Amino acid sequence: MTADVLTAMRSVFGRELLVFWRRSTEVMTALVFFVIVTTLFPLAIGPERHELMLVAPGVLWVAALLATTLSLNHLFASDYQDGSLEQLLMSPHPLSLLVLAKMAAHWVLTGLPLALLSPLLAVQMALPAKAIGTLVVSLLLGTPTLTLIGAVPAALTLGVRGGGVLVSLLVLPLYTPVLIFGAEAVAASAGQGFASVAHLSLLGAFLALALSFAPWASSAALRVSLD
Amino acid sequence: MKFIHKYGAPKRFYQLAGTFIPWFAGITAVLFVSGLYLGLYWAPPDYQQGDAYRIMFVHVPNAWMSMMAYVIMASFAATGYIWNIRLADILARVSAPLGASFTLTALVTGSLWGKPMWGTYWVWDARLTSELILFFLYVGYMALQASIDDARRAAHASAILAIVGVVNIPIIHYSVYWWHTLHQPASLTLTNQPKIYATMLIPLIVMSLAFMFFYLTMLCVRARSEILLRERHTDWVRKLVEGKP
Amino acid sequence: MTWAQFLSMGGFAFYVWSAYGFTAVVVVLNIVQPLTHKRKVWQGLRRGLDDGEEERHEEAE
Repeated sequence: MTADVLTAMRSVFGRELLVFWRRSTEVMTALVFFVIVTTLFPLAIGPERHELMLVAPGVLWVAALLATTLSLNHLFASDYQDGSLEQLLMSPHPLSLLVLAKMAAHWVLTGLPLALLSPLLAVQMALPAKAIGTLVVSLLLGTPTLTLIGAVPAALTLGVRGGGVLVSLLVLPLYTPVLIFGAEAVAASAGQGFASVAHLSLLGAFLALALSFAPWASSAALRVSLD
Repeated sequence: MKFIHKYGAPKRFYQLAGTFIPWFAGITAVLFVSGLYLGLYWAPPDYQQGDAYRIMFVHVPNAWMSMMAYVIMASFAATGYIWNIRLADILARVSAPLGASFTLTALVTGSLWGKPMWGTYWVWDARLTSELILFFLYVGYMALQASIDDARRAAHASAILAIVGVVNIPIIHYSVYWWHTLHQPASLTLTNQPKIYATMLIPLIVMSLAFMFFYLTMLCVRARSEILLRERHTDWVRKLVEGKP
Repeated sequence: MTWAQFLSMGGFAFYVWSAYGFTAVVVVLNIVQPLTHKRKVWQGLRRGLDDGEEERHEEAE
């Protein structure tokens, strides 16, 4: 039984990766967005390294937040349009676990590359070298939470008027704790080079909480939307 | 049982609310008048803040009610979603604009209080910041309700959002407080600073009760209209309309 | 305490009265809006119960 579920999850995960890979431009859009938004800030603020360093943790985290929000639309929308989402709902396995596999694939294609790309942008934003490790770890811990929480509004707004903008309206207030602790972790390690462990462990706690709550909530949301 | 869920509850609530509204409205009016008298005239000025602290008597009740209304809204929404009770869906839906207006009032009065205390209208004070985020949550809830036409789907979708919101609110609240103490350890918060005396507490309680009864009254008024609108094809509404030409 | 003293609120007149004024405006709007909505609903009900869905959109807000 459990082996069955795992196989189903693995196949959903693999299928997601394949589908996303075929539509790789959509995956790239979020990454390019992340890069461009971060580039806009030095242009707006000025190239002064000290000023950039002060705002860098916040800018990088807000840009990551917006890029993830932008990518949420790909999570269910295309499956909703071609009808494969309904088949997922009819599967004998627990929907929340299949949704979890979908979210994992989404994170591998958006959050993970974003975290791996961030050191480059951190250098651009004059973030001290000692904080770059914290930035990557905080993004690795934080972006899965963003995907997990964001899946709920993404599922709720399927086929709704103005869905794309509505998702960001619904999801951004829910993202504030992750933003606060993510940016704070980076800022703390940029300042003294330590003391970021507490923030990172709280990010981990958020991830655990989201893992236990979000798959259930977003599968309930999918059932409502496809009713 | 199912029959009662489907047809009985809204009709009975309509009649019950109809008899209660005048009483609630009367209690609200009495509480408002006495609360304003106590808060603006009876209570002596604070030795630190002078008369400016009187803003507390509208700010704090609205801040309390904004959070209470969200919890009530989420509880109704969850009840409607889990047991499929339409009356609960209706009550959750009509609770949202009331809660949002409490939040907006708390924000505006908070910044009007902040100006004489801090010298600027907006400080990223913990209470004001979490009220602002709460306001965004209300806006999102109402936007989701408004963009789905089917009443049942709108109710259930926004119920899930409200439940997710209610789980998140304590986390948001404590994150914001923590963030605030980290960045501004020296600044004073509005209500924690002055010691609360009985002369402050009595008007505060009366005004809070006034806003609570106001909420209850308007919840009943709004819910009755919504019930009529949704049940307009049923016999009892037809009879009601024919009876009152 | 004189009337003028009461109105001046110890020099904080502007802040205190605009806070109470704003609250009063929101409270009044919260009373007026549901009552006009209620009247519209009743008008719609009297006009006839069979106009169907379009009517609902007009009336909701």
